[in-house]
Amino acid sequence: MNRVGWALGAVVLGLGMLVAGLYLTGYDAAAALAALWTGAFGSWYAFTSATLVRAVPLILIGLGIAIAFRGGAFNIGAEGQFYAGAIAATWIGIHLSTQPAWLAIPVLLVGSVVAGAAWVAVPVWLKLRFGVIEVISTLLLNFVGESLVSLLVQGPLQEPSGIYPQSDTIPEVARLPVLQGSRLHAGIFLALAAALVLWYLFQRTLWGFRLRAVGAGPRAAEVSGGVDAQKTGAMALFYSGAMAGLAGGVEVSGVSYALFQNLSPGYGFTGIAVALLGGLNPMGVLLSGTLIAGLEAGAGAMQRDAGIPAVAVYVVEAVIIIVAMLATTPRGGWIKARVVRRIRPVMPRAAT
Amino acid sequence: MDQGAGGPTNPAGHAQGSDIVDALMLAGGFLAAAVRVATPLLFAATGETVTERSGVINLGIEGVMLAGALAAALGATAWGPWGGLGSAAVAGMLASGLFALLAIGARADQIITGTAITLAMVGITGTIYRHAYGAGGAGLSIPTFTALPLPALSSIPLVGPAFFNQPAPTYLAFASLPVVWWVLFRTRVGLALRATGEAAAMARAMGVRTGLLRAGATIVGGAFVGLGGATLVLAQVGTFAERMTAGRGFLAIAIVVLGRWHPAGVALVALLFGLATALQFLFQALGIQAPYQLFLMLPYLLTLLALAGAVGRVRAPSDLGR
Amino acid sequence: MPGVLELSGIQKRFGSVQALRGADFVLADGEVHALLGENGAGKSTLMHVVYGLVQPDEGTLRLRGAERRIGSPRQARALGIGMVHQHFTAVPALTVAENIALAGGWLGHPHDLCRRARSLSERLGLPLNAEERAGRLTVGMKQRLEIVKALAADARVLLLDEPTAVLAPPEADELLAVIRAFADSGGSAVLITHKLDEALRVADRVTVLRHGAVTYAGPVAGESADSLAHAMIGPGTKPNLLAGDARRLPLATVGAALVRIEALELSRESGYGIAVRHGGLKIHGGEIVGVAAVEGNGQRELLRAVAGRTLPLRGRLEVKRPIGFIPEDRTSEGLIPELSLTENITLGLDREAPWVRRGHIDWAHARARTSELLQEFGIVAPGPQASAASLSGGNQQKLILARELSRAPAVLVAENPTRGLDVGAAAAIHARIDAAAAAGAAVLFYSSDLDEVLHLSHRIVVMCRGVLTEVAATASRAEIGSMMLRDMPA
Repeated sequence: MNRVGWALGAVVLGLGMLVAGLYLTGYDAAAALAALWTGAFGSWYAFTSATLVRAVPLILIGLGIAIAFRGGAFNIGAEGQFYAGAIAATWIGIHLSTQPAWLAIPVLLVGSVVAGAAWVAVPVWLKLRFGVIEVISTLLLNFVGESLVSLLVQGPLQEPSGIYPQSDTIPEVARLPVLQGSRLHAGIFLALAAALVLWYLFQRTLWGFRLRAVGAGPRAAEVSGGVDAQKTGAMALFYSGAMAGLAGGVEVSGVSYALFQNLSPGYGFTGIAVALLGGLNPMGVLLSGTLIAGLEAGAGAMQRDAGIPAVAVYVVEAVIIIVAMLATTPRGGWIKARVVRRIRPVMPRAAT
Repeated sequence: MDQGAGGPTNPAGHAQGSDIVDALMLAGGFLAAAVRVATPLLFAATGETVTERSGVINLGIEGVMLAGALAAALGATAWGPWGGLGSAAVAGMLASGLFALLAIGARADQIITGTAITLAMVGITGTIYRHAYGAGGAGLSIPTFTALPLPALSSIPLVGPAFFNQPAPTYLAFASLPVVWWVLFRTRVGLALRATGEAAAMARAMGVRTGLLRAGATIVGGAFVGLGGATLVLAQVGTFAERMTAGRGFLAIAIVVLGRWHPAGVALVALLFGLATALQFLFQALGIQAPYQLFLMLPYLLTLLALAGAVGRVRAPSDLGR
Repeated sequence: MPGVLELSGIQKRFGSVQALRGADFVLADGEVHALLGENGAGKSTLMHVVYGLVQPDEGTLRLRGAERRIGSPRQARALGIGMVHQHFTAVPALTVAENIALAGGWLGHPHDLCRRARSLSERLGLPLNAEERAGRLTVGMKQRLEIVKALAADARVLLLDEPTAVLAPPEADELLAVIRAFADSGGSAVLITHKLDEALRVADRVTVLRHGAVTYAGPVAGESADSLAHAMIGPGTKPNLLAGDARRLPLATVGAALVRIEALELSRESGYGIAVRHGGLKIHGGEIVGVAAVEGNGQRELLRAVAGRTLPLRGRLEVKRPIGFIPEDRTSEGLIPELSLTENITLGLDREAPWVRRGHIDWAHARARTSELLQEFGIVAPGPQASAASLSGGNQQKLILARELSRAPAVLVAENPTRGLDVGAAAAIHARIDAAAAAGAAVLFYSSDLDEVLHLSHRIVVMCRGVLTEVAATASRAEIGSMMLRDMPA
């Protein structure tokens, strides 16, 4: 049983738990699964406009989190970084109505990347200078980000009529091109390209190797490899924030065309599941992002058509995270010894 | 958010003397609101202090708090407010028990497990809530705790209404502080717990059952966190809403750090956060216009500032998170 | 007459390794019993069975005639068995008194606990400051704390695992005297050691283990170092690490000075180390310089500064590059167990062609080179893509050495290069270090085993309280030992 096997197993187990839970609470599990499937992959439209559209930010954020985790840093703040990117994209987009599209879109995207990186800069600085664990600092900034969005869309960035808590829509030139007949936008190519580039960086370049080394053995990387683990971890955080910011910009430029509260249905946290399920591998993230996007797309259909609360899908995601994580935990407790080891052949370990 | 015991505004025409009285009442009301807001945070942070002293960081308490809140709503509907409290404690223990099973029993990564537990609890509570109360959900009537003024003490100006005219859960929260302190620092179990949090391997070599202790600390902590969620429902908001904890669980973790993993420090910091949030009400009562989001952001920014300044002097239990 | 403790026919297997093959062991009242054997002979494992840390596959254990199964250290302590481990097991952040109270399961007010801890330690002849944080104690004090902790639970049987490993000779003598006194007062002590002279000096009886089986068990009187060594190692092998004064002579001809240290000052690495206060040294190509020091006296800081891992506060430090560094902790500092052998070899070599070209790693070259190194150094592994975790300790150390030596270093720095390795692996490492020196490198190493320092070094320096002093070529083992302890508080 290798990585892929475990990933699939995690999804199956997650769905299984959903079915069991639904059955126990008296819902129609079969209808739920059917609706889930239809909503995610049942039709071309569903696939492109529900699943893939959701997959874009998940993949981008997942890639960023994979970078962070690989570098030994825990970025739990992707949500806030996403919003930072969205804010920047909105503001830039609104001000670029007189520019041509080939200029407006890249500028907007670059702005969102910078905003995301800037949002994570404070936790990075706190980590480097004061040793504050980034788990707490990135987490706190999530809430600040949400509040900031709320403040902006009811204040400085509010649309002209002043009625709705949302920003003005960005002009046509700032919007990503859309596939005919669907809601899928060019951001999908961005996600694909990012995954490919990252795969290449991880496998072939010095930077990727050092990142992996720091994540797998920070002390050894420092002592024997001459790598600065703190700096590498900090840079990984930066890239992670940049990716999350990009996701925010892409979402504004490709889907919402405006800024409003709850633009993100929790992409920042779901991105963690995507990264883990994808084995922290860029190619894996492409797949897991699509899969989990399908889950969440299907959840909407599940609520509409089968009357089951969409929020139940979080349980599935949680189970996926847990199983994917257990499969990769190097040390094992007694649960692992009893359950997991039976399935996986034990690596020959020599006596020390 | 509950309005709290806001003070009266001062209509024009009152004599000067009663201005002072009004100001005092306003301040007292402000303090009372602060204490009220702080109580769920205090419960959660106390619980997490116990957990973290044993070396476990439970990011899942956001979800555990939510579980406690829902359990309190359901339990109170069935058995009255005290039944709600009890249900919340049980729910908290179950939810954090799940976390313990994974993070301690299976030695899974604590951060990731905690995130997963929070996600799971959001899903579970949301599903159960909709199942129990339907899609509409608003306007539940749940029996709540009313303020319980302590005789004589509650008449002390300023401090009286703030600390001695509160619903029962607040008294419970404050009463538990010295108990937790005593257990941590004056008993054999507490010593073993602290040893586990500092150097689990060494403690194990001395015969301490570290796994059991950590699991126990996590579950006991979870009970407290669940009570925090219950307080939110039964003594503040008066109803349950999806994701109502709104990050309080995570904030509790920050409070533990700022409070130096000590019950007294944690209480102080929780109160501080209560004060910051209650500023919102005070400004409203005084008619000061300020975008309310700033108040929402204030606690988090304060924490970040303090973390940067405090970390140099603060020392976490050495084996935290490992 | 039944002994206090009787083990018979103990078998224990760990995976594919048979650690104990039907070992027998008898401990009598009021005796000090030495358990001798080389690293990996099974001595610790046997005592772990007594202390409940390990369950035997077969065999019986009798405590005062009654057959028992000791399932955990808790049970062992309830039965009056205490163990002092090789590594310190005190909780650094707690005080001495708290540690003792924890170990002894004492209840009470902190003041009472403090008093009780103090009186216990004084009664045992091992006075300690009860209020001090355990992490701040010196190594000798930490060892005392370990013993007091073991006896706090009223142990009548004391198992000591290599207690003098990190102590300098005078401290070791003190410790052995305490053990003797314990036995004389009616307790029984098992002294696990690989040091023959200790056994001869202080023990009443001795049991020798080799490859998990008993090769000799009987009174110490009448035995000699040779006969015991013979039982430990078997015929035909000249033991490497015997006690004795055999030393290498300084080299007649040496190369240029490749390491130059003058008036060096370094900050301490951790809260518990000692800063280097005054260091001056020159190491020439072809020389092996060994540092003799008790742990925690600044040698770690010195070696890491020479290896370029830390910067000095003051003074001059000139070290010719390239520098090879063998860190103390293989699995957390020398290697990344999760990664493959190829990747581990690439670590640190990834700076210039042909490994790295314009930011890209040439994995084909890395794999080929790794295969070559595996061959050259005799590392047993499935292939260059195997994970580093799958190698044995000895092979892991060889891998690290292979990586560092493949740079053709001008200076080689090694921390405890043979710690935890069996005789064969240690000999292989020594041979490699010799070869590196013969090829012209300047070698600086540290070992907590004084005998290893004596045997391998051309020149010896002592580090004590952060002060570096060179030792005369004619100094005896005892003289070096006392130099290691000069200035130490009583």
